Amino acid sequence: MLTINRLTRIFGGENGVRNVSFSVEKGEIIGLLGKSGSGKSTILKAITGLDQGYSGDILINGEKIQGPHEEIGVVFQEPRLFPWLTVLENVQFGLNRNKKENIAAARELLKEVGLEHAENLYVKQLSGGMAQRVSIARALVTNPGLLLLDEPFSALDAFTKMQLQDLVLKIWKSQQLTAVIVTHDIDEALYLCDRILVLSGKPGQVEREFRIDEPRPRNRGSETLARMKAEILHSLGIEAVYS
Amino acid sequence: MSKKATEIPQTIPLSFETKKTGKKKRNPNILLGFILPVLLLAVWTAATETGFIPSYQLPSPKNVIERIVRLVQDGSLWSHVGITFYRVGIGFFIGTLAAVLLGSVVGFYSKAEKIFDPIIQAFKSIPSLAWVPLFILWMGIGEASKISLIAVGVFFPVYLNIVSGILNVDRKLIEVGKVYRLSHFQLVKRIIFPASLPSFFTGLRSGLGLGWMFVVAAELMGASEGLGYLLVIGQNSSSPDIIIASILLFAIVGKLTDWFVKIIENKVLAWRDTSAIGG
Repeated sequence: MLTINRLTRIFGGENGVRNVSFSVEKGEIIGLLGKSGSGKSTILKAITGLDQGYSGDILINGEKIQGPHEEIGVVFQEPRLFPWLTVLENVQFGLNRNKKENIAAARELLKEVGLEHAENLYVKQLSGGMAQRVSIARALVTNPGLLLLDEPFSALDAFTKMQLQDLVLKIWKSQQLTAVIVTHDIDEALYLCDRILVLSGKPGQVEREFRIDEPRPRNRGSETLARMKAEILHSLGIEAVYS
Repeated sequence: MSKKATEIPQTIPLSFETKKTGKKKRNPNILLGFILPVLLLAVWTAATETGFIPSYQLPSPKNVIERIVRLVQDGSLWSHVGITFYRVGIGFFIGTLAAVLLGSVVGFYSKAEKIFDPIIQAFKSIPSLAWVPLFILWMGIGEASKISLIAVGVFFPVYLNIVSGILNVDRKLIEVGKVYRLSHFQLVKRIIFPASLPSFFTGLRSGLGLGWMFVVAAELMGASEGLGYLLVIGQNSSSPDIIIASILLFAIVGKLTDWFVKIIENKVLAWRDTSAIGG
C-alpha cells in the first residue's frame, strides 16, 4: 500500500528525520511514536504531499507520489473544519460527484461516526470530540485507501479520546482501513496499532519496531500491553519511573 | 475497564442541542442602556424649559421636534435627506467597488502587493479631508467633488480590511484544500473568499461610518441641499434648533444604514462564533 524509502527531511541542522524507511500493508494500522521533536509529524507531512522538500521516495501502490494524492485522507491534530459550512457540507468538502450522491455519501459517513442528527449544525455548535468525528468523516468520505492521522486525539479529554479510538477501530473493521497514526500516547498506539515504529534521536530515526499480535479489540489493561509499554518506554530512553 | 476484555465499548453518540441565546437575559441590558439617554433628555428639558439656558443657544427638545415636523410638512426634509443619502450611497458604492477590485488583486498576488501596497499605505496617512481643496479645484463644488471625497473616505477602511482578511486566512484551512488537490481558483472560491468575508464586513461598516462623516464635510464646503446644508443654514441664521435637528437626522439615518448592513452581515455570517449583541 505505502512504502517509504530512505525519507530524509532536515530543518535547521538537526530537527527532522533521517533515512526513515518502512512500509504499510493493506489493512494495517501503523503507529509512529516518539518524543516531541523526533520528526513524527514531519514524516506524515511528507506523505500528505503538503511538504515536498524531502529526499527519498514515497510510493503508494508502487507509484511514486508528487504532492497530495487522491488515495490519501488526512485527519489533523485540530479538526480544521470550515466554520462557514454546516457539518454535512464539511463532510462533503472533498467530494466532486453530483449533489445528490455527495449528500448521500456524507450522510452515510456521519451515521458511521454517530453524528447523523448533527448534520445541520455549524462548527461553533460542536464540542471538541464531535468536531473531530466530523473531521474523521470528512477524511473518509472520499474512500481513501490510506488514512493518515496526525496526533488526532491529543487535544481531547481522556474519555472522549477512548470513544474516538474505538470509533477508529470500528471503521477499521467495517471498511478494511489502512492507517498511519502519529501519536505520543503509548497507550493509544498499543490499543490501535499492528506495528509501532519508535522514533528517536535528532534528527529522528526509526529506533525500534514493535509488532503487537493481540487480536482487537484489546483490553486496555492487559498484561501483554503493559509489558510492551515498559519496553517502549525503555527504547525511548524513559525508564525507571517505578523502580 | 479490564473486565471488558473482549468487547469494544460502543461509542456513545454525544447529545447536542442547538443553543438559543438567552433572550431573558438581554432585556435588562437594553433597559440599562436607556438610563443615560432618558436622564440626558430630562436634564435638557429642565434646563431649557426653565430658561436656565437661553433658547437662542440651546432650544428645548420640544422646539427641535417642532422644527423637524415643520421640515416634514413643507416637504423639504425629504429632499435634504434624499440628496445626502444619494451622495453617501453613490460614494460608498464607488469606494467599495474600487476597494474590492484593488484589495482582491493585492491580496491574491504578492507581486501586486509589493507594487501597490507601499503607495496605498502612504496615501492612507493623508487625512482624507485634506483632499477637499484639490477636489473642489478639479471638479468644482458640484456633485462630483462631493462624491469623490466620500468615495476616498470609504475606500481605505474597506480596502485595508479586505487585504488583511485575505492575508490572514488560516493557513491550516488552506492545507485542507491542498490535501483535496483544489486548484488555485477553487482555493480562492471555497476557502479564501468565505474566510475573509467577516473582515470584509468589518471594513464595510467602518467605511459606511466614514461615508457619513465625509458627507458632512462635503456638504459644509458648499451645497444647496442636504443635511449638511441644513447645518450651514442653522449657523447662518442663528437657529440652533435647525442644527440640532440636522444632527439628530444624521444620527438616525446613519444608524439605520449601519443597522441595515449589520442585518445582512448577521445573515451572511450566521456561522460566526460570536454572539451578536447590541445594534
